[in-house]
Amino acid sequence: MKKKNPLKSSGVQTLLASLLCVLLGLLLGYIVLLFINPAGAGQAIVAVVKNFLNYSKASMQMKYLGNTLVKTAPLLMCSLSILFAYKVGLFNIGVAGQYCAGIGVGLYAALAWNMPWWVCMLLAMAAGALLGAISGVLKSYCNVNEVISGIMLNWITLYLVNMLLTQVKEETSPYTYLLTSKNPGALLPSLGLGKLFNNNQYVGLAIPLSIVCAVLVWVVLEKTRFGYELKATGNNKNAAKYCGMAEKRNIILTLAIGGALAGMGAAMLYLTGYEQWQCSTSSVPPMGFNGIAAAFLGGLHPVGAILSSFFIQHITVGGAYVDKTMYCAQISDLISAIIIYLCGFVLFMKYAINASIAKREEKAALGEQASQADAPEEKGGDQ
Amino acid sequence: MILLLQYTLTFSSVLILVALGGCFAEHSGVINLGLEGIMIMGALGGALTMRHMPDGSPAIAMILAVLVVSALVGVVYSMLLAVACINFKADQTIVGTALNMLGVAAATVIVKAINTAANPDDVSSVIQYAGPKQAFLVNIGGFEFSWFMVVTLVALIFAYVTLYKTRFGLRMMACGEHPQAADSVGINVYKMRWAGVMISGALGGLGGIVFITAGVSEWRFEYGVAGFGFLSLAVMIFGQWKPIRIALAALLFGLFRALSNVYMGLDFMAALNIPSQVYNMMPYIISLIVLAFTSKKSRAPKAEGIPYDKGQR
Repeated sequence: MKKKNPLKSSGVQTLLASLLCVLLGLLLGYIVLLFINPAGAGQAIVAVVKNFLNYSKASMQMKYLGNTLVKTAPLLMCSLSILFAYKVGLFNIGVAGQYCAGIGVGLYAALAWNMPWWVCMLLAMAAGALLGAISGVLKSYCNVNEVISGIMLNWITLYLVNMLLTQVKEETSPYTYLLTSKNPGALLPSLGLGKLFNNNQYVGLAIPLSIVCAVLVWVVLEKTRFGYELKATGNNKNAAKYCGMAEKRNIILTLAIGGALAGMGAAMLYLTGYEQWQCSTSSVPPMGFNGIAAAFLGGLHPVGAILSSFFIQHITVGGAYVDKTMYCAQISDLISAIIIYLCGFVLFMKYAINASIAKREEKAALGEQASQADAPEEKGGDQ
Repeated sequence: MILLLQYTLTFSSVLILVALGGCFAEHSGVINLGLEGIMIMGALGGALTMRHMPDGSPAIAMILAVLVVSALVGVVYSMLLAVACINFKADQTIVGTALNMLGVAAATVIVKAINTAANPDDVSSVIQYAGPKQAFLVNIGGFEFSWFMVVTLVALIFAYVTLYKTRFGLRMMACGEHPQAADSVGINVYKMRWAGVMISGALGGLGGIVFITAGVSEWRFEYGVAGFGFLSLAVMIFGQWKPIRIALAALLFGLFRALSNVYMGLDFMAALNIPSQVYNMMPYIISLIVLAFTSKKSRAPKAEGIPYDKGQR
């Protein structure tokens, strides 16, 4: 028996490629810092990577780890939304708008109608799903590129949400009412998790729930007929149609599910009271776009997405710890953007690895054939 | 009313320039979703040039310097797309999106670094260019004529002539329709695609500088360019990848964008009392509706978005 080359496994390749992207991204970020000001560049990049470990006390570290996790949950949901749609061959860049819609409807239900948290969350999911479905209908019936319709919907949603939430904002500031004072019933239950993180009141249901969702997405994609149909549609739309799969319905459903995931992510952050919406916001929240980074860095696998979401959020929050007299926090956005750009090369890297392995194996097989020409019953290998 | 015309022409200029950029890239076979990022980088180059040109420099020098730098920065930035998508066959959607995010992040980091270096208390991402901007404007009876409009017209004629009347343009379009066939008659598909992307970079960069000088005299680079790169792609689709139609489509979209700037000054519109947010939404809503009706019978280049592989049939 031949030993199987570990490089051949797609999982190992993805892991290696992602690690390479991260390292190169950090290296390029470091070079940018060097250009800005060589004096503190080393310190700054370390601060970005350390994030909550910048605090020396263990209790503070736990508290700020909690804060990072609170923001990791919505990021994970956004990246799940993207990877789910990507399996069907759709690039759901509208995730940012779907997330935004989730914020708008979720907060409005909580502040104007005094709904309990689970109703708010369901409404947020519905809002995201609706937006996704619009993109899906436009894609399947009118042949509109989902990237362009997604971007247009992002901006439309942003202005709609600003209009909607202006009705529930504080009179003297552009921010919406505090959830804790207006409607504590809409806060996500803590499940006692907050105690683990030095009584961080924001840590709660969202974190385990997002991980459950990641597992669910994996199950749906890998273990159900529906998931199989979706992937088949993604691989070849016409072949799927020929096999009797409802490819139009599948496209719409996929984007709607993606939207629901993003809307749920929005509820996970905004129903903790961690953030208020600013009603004069002039660009879509970056969470959705960071989700793209997380999805591709995680190799488009739900479990990979958990790790990559944490990493992306970790460095995004870490950006706040750089020395502000020399650098700005956006350096972490820059690093994430570089990482996505590098992720574009991952397919090529895999292709190159596979091609070189295949070449070597072909040579080996040819050699074997030549030497065993008189033993034709022998099987050629495990492929 | 004059103000409305002025803003319509200005915003149309942006859309025409950037949409023509997208048009060149797509005719060569590459979907350039990174136009938004290219615009920001071009705008950054132009804005920095405006700020660093010596005070008394003549208007013509100022105009030329700004145009050249914006276009050059756009070209250099677009090479990131070209190398990834043409030589490394990367997914054009991912790389384009990455360029958009990279554009905003890089521009913000660069501007903040410059501002903070000049004054440690200044952590904003704003560049001001109220004075130098005057070089581009000529006031004709209340109508602020901008040299950018001439640039746009030249670009439009250039695009039309290049695409339909020159050997280069026709060959490039062949690479977007059927690269294998083009290759079989001796056209270097990779080179043609590089040319298409780089021209789109130059036009995108120019569009960026026109956009940030439209009606304002400072720009906060954190904001990016508010989806104008994507609006331009919508214009391009509506214009069916043809320069003249693109120009007409851009005028329509420019009008709706201009309304959000000037509706307060128009009596009958101010009387309607519609919130400003609705006007802000207008261009995006219109483009969605238009796309829904025009995308079905799309005349998109047939091979766009598919990396060219010599070994493939």
